Amino acid sequence: MPNAADRPARGAISRKTSMNDQHPLFRMEGISKRYGGVRALERADLTVEAGRVHAILGENGAGKSTLIKVMAGVVAPDEGRMLLDGREVKFADPAAANAAGIACIFQELSLIPDLTVADNILAAEPPTRFGMIDRKAQRRLAEQALARAGAEDIHPLMPVKELPLSRRQLVEIAKALVRDPRLLILDEATSALTAGDVAKVFAVLRRLKAEGIALLYISHRMQEIAELADDCTVFRNGRKIATYRAGSKTDDEVVEMMIGREYRHVFPPKPATPPADAVPVLEARHLSWAPRLNDVSFSVRAGEVVGLGGLDGQGQRELLLALFGVLRGTRGEVLVDGKPARITAPQAAKAPAIGMALIPEDRKTEGLMLPMSVRDNLSLSALSMVSNLGIIDQAAERRAVDEMIKLLAIRTAGTRVPAGSLSGGNQQKLVIAKWLMREPRIILLNDPTRGIDVGTKQEIYQLLRRLADSGAAIVLYSTDYDELIGCCDKVLVLYDGTVSRVLEGPEITERALVGSALNLAEADTGQRAVEAT
Amino acid sequence: MRDWRFTLAEQRATWLALGVFLAMFVLYVANHPAGFTPNVVQTAANKGVLLALVAMAQTFVVVTAGIDLSVGMVFILANCLASHLVVGSAATGMAGMLVVLGAGTLCGVLNGAIVIFGRLQPIVTTIATGAVFFGIALWLRPFPGSAPEFSAELADALTGKVLGVVPASLVVLAAVVLLVWVPFRRSVLGRAAYAAGSSEMAAYMSGMPIRRAKLLAYALSGLLAAMGGVFLTFFTYSGEASLANGNTYTLYSIAAVVLGGVSLFGGRGSAVGAIFGALAFRAIGDLMFVFDVDPLWQPLFQGLVLVLAVSVGAARLFQVRNKLELFG
Amino acid sequence: MTDSAIKSPERAGWRQRIDLPVVTAFGCIVLLLLLGSLYSPNFVSPTYLIQQLKVGAFLGVIATGMMLVILLGQIDLSLPWTVTAGAMMASALTAYGPLGEALAIPFGVLCGIAIGLVNGIGVAYLRIPSMIVTLAVNAVVQGLMVAYTGGFAPVDSASAAMRFLGAGSSFGLPHAVIAWAVVGIGAIFLLGRTTFGRAVYAIGNKEAAAYLSGIPTRLVVLAAFALCSGIAAFGGVLLAGYGGKAAQSMGDAYLLPAIAAVVLGGTSILGGRGSYLGTVAGVILITLLQSILSVMQIAEFGRQIIYGAIIIGMMLLYGRGSAARG
Repeated sequence: MPNAADRPARGAISRKTSMNDQHPLFRMEGISKRYGGVRALERADLTVEAGRVHAILGENGAGKSTLIKVMAGVVAPDEGRMLLDGREVKFADPAAANAAGIACIFQELSLIPDLTVADNILAAEPPTRFGMIDRKAQRRLAEQALARAGAEDIHPLMPVKELPLSRRQLVEIAKALVRDPRLLILDEATSALTAGDVAKVFAVLRRLKAEGIALLYISHRMQEIAELADDCTVFRNGRKIATYRAGSKTDDEVVEMMIGREYRHVFPPKPATPPADAVPVLEARHLSWAPRLNDVSFSVRAGEVVGLGGLDGQGQRELLLALFGVLRGTRGEVLVDGKPARITAPQAAKAPAIGMALIPEDRKTEGLMLPMSVRDNLSLSALSMVSNLGIIDQAAERRAVDEMIKLLAIRTAGTRVPAGSLSGGNQQKLVIAKWLMREPRIILLNDPTRGIDVGTKQEIYQLLRRLADSGAAIVLYSTDYDELIGCCDKVLVLYDGTVSRVLEGPEITERALVGSALNLAEADTGQRAVEAT
Repeated sequence: MRDWRFTLAEQRATWLALGVFLAMFVLYVANHPAGFTPNVVQTAANKGVLLALVAMAQTFVVVTAGIDLSVGMVFILANCLASHLVVGSAATGMAGMLVVLGAGTLCGVLNGAIVIFGRLQPIVTTIATGAVFFGIALWLRPFPGSAPEFSAELADALTGKVLGVVPASLVVLAAVVLLVWVPFRRSVLGRAAYAAGSSEMAAYMSGMPIRRAKLLAYALSGLLAAMGGVFLTFFTYSGEASLANGNTYTLYSIAAVVLGGVSLFGGRGSAVGAIFGALAFRAIGDLMFVFDVDPLWQPLFQGLVLVLAVSVGAARLFQVRNKLELFG
Repeated sequence: MTDSAIKSPERAGWRQRIDLPVVTAFGCIVLLLLLGSLYSPNFVSPTYLIQQLKVGAFLGVIATGMMLVILLGQIDLSLPWTVTAGAMMASALTAYGPLGEALAIPFGVLCGIAIGLVNGIGVAYLRIPSMIVTLAVNAVVQGLMVAYTGGFAPVDSASAAMRFLGAGSSFGLPHAVIAWAVVGIGAIFLLGRTTFGRAVYAIGNKEAAAYLSGIPTRLVVLAAFALCSGIAAFGGVLLAGYGGKAAQSMGDAYLLPAIAAVVLGGTSILGGRGSYLGTVAGVILITLLQSILSVMQIAEFGRQIIYGAIIIGMMLLYGRGSAARG
């Protein structure tokens, strides 16, 4: 492999030739990928031209991340082919994709905290002399890459862990650039950047564009896409819906393309009039947790289902964790039944005085102990209810467990089998059953139906409505707009850690949800979009 | 010019360890009846170098976020093996020494292979391999003893004085740092070892050669522990399979490493710091001797120092804000 | 909702109850007995077997505590000097007249509990890796004991009660074995029938999930370490009773076998899995192994090598971590 220092200077002839060829730089044809029973990508097509910025839009689950993983060699597609310069390519692993000139900047940073910036930028193929790393040459290359990324002010010898997140993103970009890619993929690369940094990055991207590099840009920030992109492609449910020149479609048309489902769930009817109680069961006032939550306030009444909407990673998870006592250093107040509650740990949250329950995001690592039996998992949060002075009353436990299994219709070959042997849907029901054993008054759910079959989803919707009807206060974070529309009395849409919009009753529509998730200004209600920080 | 500030900050912990050691050494020499004479320095150096070598061995593994509880046993094994093999003239003695060093490296490779390819936890792996190594040492020397044609001249040369002033053991230590540690630190594999300790996931995603790096780290650990054992043989002219001694060296190597600013969580620190940490730790005993403190209290003092050092190292965990991050 | 979906929940599970490592361990015991009997028919005589049980009882008690901590996914390397401290402190109090003699055993155990609390605070509250904390605590306890005894062999002898427990026997059954049985039954009860035991398994499986389930994880870890060290100290007390007095470094020989016994019995070194029956099997296995090796006159060195090799072998078979965890 040629040493990084020996690479031809940028803008060399070899790269520009692709612009005059009849072949586009990169083309994807009929790519399909399924995970288990879920089709993440279905006969997807994509064409990326050199010297242009191509934006990918789509809501959660549309297939964007799978698309990138296929392109970057992280996963292999089940069907279809990829063409680079008109020639078919297959990538065995990320290194192969890198060698072919495709570099990807993932959301999860790949920087090593204790190493310096220069060490990180030249992590994979540093310049060497006599078998040892040539620090001078490495530093020079790092400085060049940093300059190219618009980050000249970052000192190459600084340990990465001392850099704020926004600067690290720039180092990540520099790291991708040092391998002289021909196609650069940015997956939500600006999510951690300040406005000033975003402007800098855009300048860099435009320069790269002029040098003939193709850029694939995934983002949910419509303003950025409008500013930067040349071409746009909308994905939905793993399929490419349309490709168009940037600016040729209105926001409404784009949103329209992003929505649209083939089937509709059937939801239990919501009560005609929302429950009217004097004191809300749960109330949050100016809840903040830097940097992910910023001044969130809302309230939930008994019998009410409040939804949390918005795209992934806007602070919904942190909000639920903050309420449940998992985060340290939160500011603001949480009130239960009108009285301030200091919840310092889940143990305190589940106490009868507060009666909170959290169905966590990842049932396999946060909700269940898969090797332990169904029985053990089910009774774990409610052991105090089936025991006396710490000694478990096995008969009482058995009764309670059987009752919950029946109540939620959990399909299992007995209570002694490991929880890992249940199907995904039943595992999720197990997690819910575990908490319902305590008869909680406040139920927080973190995307409970993600990755679950249709039938079980229905059952969960019924269950939620029954719980609400019997007086529970429910906070439901969901990435499925159908659910938010069908289950919730009220939806808070989060954007960048703040509530960008509150939708109530009939206001909860797909258009409103998607629009406020993308932080588009609502002309009719006059609500202003959240200011970019 | 901000460069020097970064290198200084990076080696801050090492400098601190050096400072602590110097302070203790000055105190020691000032109060020693014989004062700052080459003999006093030589005795102190000889004792310190043993622990320094084992501490260096421990450093290699600790930076990869592992731990080697068998270093003391490799040390003992090398001691016993050397007491058989370092015989005859200086040349044959050297050859014997090389064989012992090779054996130690093999021990390290075994540890590394089990941890990396067997995917077992370093703690229990090295406790178990330590038992195996000790068993072999015990087989070699069921009773303390030495070979009749032991290369005494070679031993004396390497434990004596160079130019009548500088302890040869320090020269050897310096040579080891220059010829083993520095190249490792600056090599691609060495950096990958640090990366693996800092964030194995990020290192993997960055395409660094993690497995080779860890294997090298474990191998070098075995090599250096064996070097310590050979040196012990040079001092005592004999080999003894002492379980207590082995356990002590293992424990003290961890203390030295922590005192020297090497993070037990991996990714940070230098073997040079570990050396100073070892010398400082040793100096506790020397200081107690010089100040006429009952030597009975020495193990307790050293234990307390270790407890303090690791507790301080854990202080940064208080900065974690999402408690879920505290768990595996 | 059909009832067939829920088979009689309890019955359907017996097939999952067979614990492969435990069965293997007991199988190995039978194998060893057969091997031994080939060497010498005395090997399977009742007197010899009871003698083995007696020797194993001390290890059995100590391994019980270690199992608790390993189930959490942690380890206790302060075992050696906790055992010694329990023995020495109990013997020490014996010298203080009749009141001292009466309180000797509880005092020894209390010292162990105190050591365990220090371990537990370091692990649960300061989040220092258990191997580091316990290694350091081991050194401190050693320092304390060395300072206390002046480096010499302790002169205090064990109390009559200690000797009764450690060395006495009734109707041919050694009291040490009964003591082990009592501790063992307590352990089985604790692990299987109490909320504490359930919490231990949960934490060992996935501490994050246990925490999110509202379990007071820090307290449980603290209590487990305290219990482990208390039991280990009790083991030391028994040993002192058996030998008549404590001895320097008497606990050193028990660390490796304790870990080996727990691991051999099928308890995963990563935590969350294991039954006490397996630990019993492991203890007996190790004891038999030790005795066969000495009968065959395999020297100490061979034993060390075999211990180490067996632990590694068993872990490679049963205790592999995932690539991410390693």
